[in-house]
Amino acid sequence: MSTRRPVTVPLRVEPGSDLPADERAAVLEAVQDHRQSQGALLPILHAIQDRLGWVPPRAVPLIAFELNLSRAEVHGVLSFYHYYRHTKPGKQVVYLCRAEACQASGSAALEAHVKRKLGVEFHGTSADGRYTLEPVYCLGNCACGPSLMIDKELHALVTPARFDELVARPS
Amino acid sequence: MSTTVYVPRDATALALGAQSVAIAIAAEAKRCKLDVRIVRNGSRGAFWLEPLVEVQTAKGRMAYGPVRASDVAGLFTGGFLEGKPHTLALGEVAAIPYLQKQQRLTMARIGVIDPLSLEDFQAQGGFAGLRAALAIAPAAIVQAVADSGLRGRGGAAFPTGIKWRTVHDTPGEQKYIVCNADEGDSGTFSDRLLMEGDPYCLIEGMTIAGLAVGANKGFIYLRCEYPHAHATLNAAIIAARHGGFLGGNIAGSGRAFDLEVRLGAGAYICGEETSLLESLEGKRGQVRFKPPLPAIKGLFGCPTVVNNVITFASVPIVLERGSAYYRDFGMGRSRGTLPVQLAGNIKRGGLVECAFGISLRTLLEEYGGGSRSGRPIRAVQVGGPLGSYWPESKFDTLLDYEAFAQGGGMLGHGGIVVFDDTVDMAAQARFALEFCAIESCGKCTPCRIGSTRGVEVIDRMLAGERPAQQEALLRDLCNTLTHGSLCALGGLTPLPVLSALEHFPNDFTKPMAAIAAGS
Repeated sequence: MSTRRPVTVPLRVEPGSDLPADERAAVLEAVQDHRQSQGALLPILHAIQDRLGWVPPRAVPLIAFELNLSRAEVHGVLSFYHYYRHTKPGKQVVYLCRAEACQASGSAALEAHVKRKLGVEFHGTSADGRYTLEPVYCLGNCACGPSLMIDKELHALVTPARFDELVARPS
Repeated sequence: MSTTVYVPRDATALALGAQSVAIAIAAEAKRCKLDVRIVRNGSRGAFWLEPLVEVQTAKGRMAYGPVRASDVAGLFTGGFLEGKPHTLALGEVAAIPYLQKQQRLTMARIGVIDPLSLEDFQAQGGFAGLRAALAIAPAAIVQAVADSGLRGRGGAAFPTGIKWRTVHDTPGEQKYIVCNADEGDSGTFSDRLLMEGDPYCLIEGMTIAGLAVGANKGFIYLRCEYPHAHATLNAAIIAARHGGFLGGNIAGSGRAFDLEVRLGAGAYICGEETSLLESLEGKRGQVRFKPPLPAIKGLFGCPTVVNNVITFASVPIVLERGSAYYRDFGMGRSRGTLPVQLAGNIKRGGLVECAFGISLRTLLEEYGGGSRSGRPIRAVQVGGPLGSYWPESKFDTLLDYEAFAQGGGMLGHGGIVVFDDTVDMAAQARFALEFCAIESCGKCTPCRIGSTRGVEVIDRMLAGERPAQQEALLRDLCNTLTHGSLCALGGLTPLPVLSALEHFPNDFTKPMAAIAAGS
């Protein structure tokens, strides 16, 4: 007769059990705050990103479980919208406008300068971890371009020199 | 006695330094022991003068601009609190020609009032339209809107009265009012200006729509690129509820209507009404087939009015002054006024609200003052990224939906982006296709894949690889996009591409080396 002790094999992994505590808390809090709204998924993803700066792909099973959606549905929404980040950003995000009105005011030169200055392409994070660069298509500041937004702070008439001033500020 | 000083809180004004100006004024007033009350108004829309500071004096509101924080001490010593002359003085704000010549119906209050003061709003005629609507039957509200000739200001120009009548006539336990505030077109900012400068006007317009069609719930779908508008709208909704203008008993009428702001997430396509509805339902913003029309089966399958911010904001004045008053502005089938936005490389950029019928040239020259760079204007793009590129020869076109369509263009949401003679039109055409590829929802094949193929075709054309054949291929592809797409993104992307090709063919024959050198 065997003397081995019986091993319990779980039938199902608890969704979100592999998430770090802060991410799990952010997801559950977001779900708690918006569960009652109709069409709650976008507000929930916004709440998670507001809290963490990104929406970790490993949070998808937990969000899906909480909302009684399939993981594919949540992944589909998360990957559809440009604003939601799937990777952890730098300390601040620089949203640089690439749309026509800014093009007319010299945004292509600014774009080249910003990429060189930060040493990144779009969606990349600078080596010092301070800035992530994202393209954006219109910030509604079209009479005073080129425009860019650092987190939620909008800047107008941004020249390369002005950009250097902005990133030289202590953050 | 305290002196009232106005410093805008509009996003563009803030981006130009209005916050530090306000802080400097408060500090200087304290230092000089002067009693100054600072009101954070919206912007009047004369952006080249921002930050535009106004002082309330016995002679009226005296304007100074553009003011930098470093100018503030000098303004105080120069006696700006008494409205005295200064190098930055612009005289009485209402007499600034750019503002004086306009016909502001929808945007009458922006920059004038504290956007979040219900008192200011009502002192300037706010809620008069709502009160008028509460006094008449829902069908009469719909009729008034129909009689005004108001057409959708989002760009499609569909008659608002007909849309509202459809929702009114469709039976349903639950109906919705949805405001499309996903103002993604480059060169447009009138929605933002209104939401930040006069949010109660939008709330009033949406409430009237709710009364007209029998909806008790509304959503404002706002793009997430507008954090200032978001904060202002949320604050305004809370204040309107406290003031009894939203909630279970609107203005003591016993009727109910409430609003919620929902944020988009950076998808241009969600400005298309059916994508927007999908997004509000918490899904991918993919375009729906029509029919059924949203007016019959819209949000969560319920009859839904979907209108642009400016459309809703134009309704209160129709109810307040009557349909005929509004209809008497304009030309042809384009009635009322359009808040035009002068953007891009323009000297005096900003908002110009005028009756339909004004010429593009008047807007560009008299209001805009030519290009900001001082170089000749070579092209304008009217109607956002899906609008045509027009050369100078078309500048005499009158502001009218039909006149623009006849000229092969689109008036859209009224954004005018100005380019000087350094623009490379082949690069602009290429960008239109690139943008379509980035923003396509993926539902229709021509838009999803054709856009990328189009970029490749233009690249080959510019590289001089059998250009005539590439051009034929590009035209063929554009034809497929026009006829094979469900919505305006795929359907109208050919407009900027083909108009650039038609009006600026030489730009497409430049050798690649010249383009790489940036000439």
